Amino acid sequence: MNTNENVIDSKACPITANHIKVALVGQPNVGKSMLINSVSNAHLHVGNFSGVTVDKTEVLFDYQEYSFTVVDLPGTYAFTDYTIEERVTHDYLCAEDYDIIINVVDSTNLEKNLQLTSELLTMSKKVVIALNMSDEAQKENIEIDAEYMSELIGVPCVKVSAVTKEGIETLIDAVVQKHENPRNKPKLVFSEPVEEEIAQIVWYLDKHRFESANTYRNIAINLLKNNKKTYAKLHDEPIWTELQPILIEASKHIELHHDSDDIKEAFAEEYASFNRGVVAEVVKQDTKQENTTITEKIDSVLIHRVFGIPIFLFFMWLLFQLTFEVGAIPMDYIDAFFIWFGDTIGATIANDDIRSLVVDGVIAGVGAVVLFVPNIIILFIGIALLESTGYMSRVAFLLDGFFHKFGLHGQSFIPLVTGFGCSIPAYMSARILKNDRDRLLTLFIIGFMSCGARLPVYVLFAGAFFSPEMAGNILFFIYISGALLGLLAAKLLKLTAFKGIDEPFVMEMPKYRLPSFKLIWHTVLTKTMMYLKKAGTYIAAASMLVWFLSNYPHNLALEESYSTKIEMAQTQDEKVALENKLDEVLLEQSYLGTVGKFSEPIFAPLGFDWKMSVALQTGLAAKEVVVSTLGVLYSLGADVDQENSSLMGVISKNISFASAVAFIVVVMIYLPCLAASVVFTREAGHVKYFFYLLFFTSLVAYVMAFIAYHITLLLL
Amino acid sequence: MKTLLDCKKACVVKVLKLNTKGDLKQRLISFGIMKETTLEVLEHAPAKSTIEVKVGKMRIALRAQEAELIEVEKI
Repeated sequence: MNTNENVIDSKACPITANHIKVALVGQPNVGKSMLINSVSNAHLHVGNFSGVTVDKTEVLFDYQEYSFTVVDLPGTYAFTDYTIEERVTHDYLCAEDYDIIINVVDSTNLEKNLQLTSELLTMSKKVVIALNMSDEAQKENIEIDAEYMSELIGVPCVKVSAVTKEGIETLIDAVVQKHENPRNKPKLVFSEPVEEEIAQIVWYLDKHRFESANTYRNIAINLLKNNKKTYAKLHDEPIWTELQPILIEASKHIELHHDSDDIKEAFAEEYASFNRGVVAEVVKQDTKQENTTITEKIDSVLIHRVFGIPIFLFFMWLLFQLTFEVGAIPMDYIDAFFIWFGDTIGATIANDDIRSLVVDGVIAGVGAVVLFVPNIIILFIGIALLESTGYMSRVAFLLDGFFHKFGLHGQSFIPLVTGFGCSIPAYMSARILKNDRDRLLTLFIIGFMSCGARLPVYVLFAGAFFSPEMAGNILFFIYISGALLGLLAAKLLKLTAFKGIDEPFVMEMPKYRLPSFKLIWHTVLTKTMMYLKKAGTYIAAASMLVWFLSNYPHNLALEESYSTKIEMAQTQDEKVALENKLDEVLLEQSYLGTVGKFSEPIFAPLGFDWKMSVALQTGLAAKEVVVSTLGVLYSLGADVDQENSSLMGVISKNISFASAVAFIVVVMIYLPCLAASVVFTREAGHVKYFFYLLFFTSLVAYVMAFIAYHITLLLL
Repeated sequence: MKTLLDCKKACVVKVLKLNTKGDLKQRLISFGIMKETTLEVLEHAPAKSTIEVKVGKMRIALRAQEAELIEVEKI
């Protein structure tokens, strides 16, 4: 989990003489994380939309005799502190200690990227520019004269490609060289009127021998740009009284020249014209290229105003259909494996209690969770494709109008979709929302998007009550109704708790990219391994606990009274029936049974027996535990039917359809898991929000389940 | 006064003025939408709630309320 800083590789030692600390800066979605991945052996998360990296991440690696610390910063369009992630970057660049900046720019869209570069150049830090995506630029017939560009703006520019790893070594060499050499001044030239004003201020500072680490020119530029930090610094100096009138006069001149009352706008125009000049000099593009790009062609279909939304819904339906249909194929084998494995291991253990712990506790619990790995993999592939192709932003575009009606922001879509995978990264990615109220609202709704861990519960129940042909549709229906319910909840919250003006919606639509097989494979593998690791550790431990709580305390008197009854039984059938009855009674008077019985009245209006009640309570720790708890409880319980020993079979026999519907509704709505709750609290900023969330989701879950239960009863 | 919201699909316009202040103005500027920039309207979302424009080589999605603040002139 990302905390404030995340150290990926601890092998390299940063405390050496030849240590270089690099800040990696660039606009969103230019491939900063990807570049780090190809420089070192890190595996940072990469996607094709703005806002993948929302917190700074440190990566350490060695190159020749140097050791590097690279800080991957969230992408930022300009130094404006518009969103939290942009603030992270701005604060880091201004306040932290680092040696050099690598400014990553997208070679295929140089002019726009240089907007940020020109702001970096006034920072009096050493800068190296990485002209990334040079392979894509080549394909688009864009040619950049990197040498001429280095000369023009006075900082080294290196063509690189994070994908093909071209130019990576040259880039590192350039960084080392720049680090070793004294700083040379970047050549950022403004229009004549602005240059005159700058010269005036520089002359004044020079006259008074003002002492500063920054150059006079940069101070002058920052003062003219109304940079708060520079102002604060000079405000306490004796020269301020004389400087102030000069500044006011200078600002007036510049504003007049730009016909604007906004000095920031004037400077943006200055930068833009400088950048246009640079681009005109160094970029050669084949103008004979066709007018519409491939991206625009694809867009004309995918964001079509009539077909766009149906196409999106079809993709989602397809994903859940595949999740169930294809995911079901290996399920029987996995199930059979765990039954065989349990029997084999069980045969080697003599002690009854230990055998039961291992077979009925750990193996049944973990097996029930591992069973759903194929479904999880397919769902993760779907989300990885959505993230890496660029389609995500299109859906945000299509749905913004709809979302807006419910008080949500179009960009809320990105954390919400991430929420279908796991709520934790979803909570983190809500940082792309600027306004705190919108962000809180989105945080509250993320839980309604059913995460991957809830999938096993749905697959289990859908498989138990529906034919395989229908189960995929049911799965789709569950997810969609969860999402719609989330929208309604958003509307409710917006009308009550989160009233206020709407945040503007201005978002970049990235170019479509074919995701590399390697990238998808890696993302899916990492997430799947995390799921398996959780099954092997957390879930196994929880299963043991559930087993223990459901086996103890032993009630010897009860066992004896039943064993005499069993001995006296006349027929074999009667014996089996009595044995089952004993198991059931023993389970009911166990610790877990006591808890279940105690809470049963609360859940009775929803049609849950005590086993389901317990499963929901253990599910507060993690949703997979719901399945493993049911697995343990029902494998210990009454059912010993040889033909139908799978959990699905047991469930369809023991739970009524209406109860099952209510159960799914509760799982769909209530708190995701312990870990997610911790992250939620951190992102929301105060522990009180957690209690609001707990109360809100529990209440909605209870009410909705109650309604669902009674409607189903009426219909059947 | 003509705004970006009034423009039809495939319309090419020049920005005259941004009728907004503060954060939103900064945001538009950092996306390259400022005086004198040329914009091309690419697509409208259903009910014209959101529009997609092309600025240079970049495609940007804007909500109708934001598009209304951008004063333009046809070229």
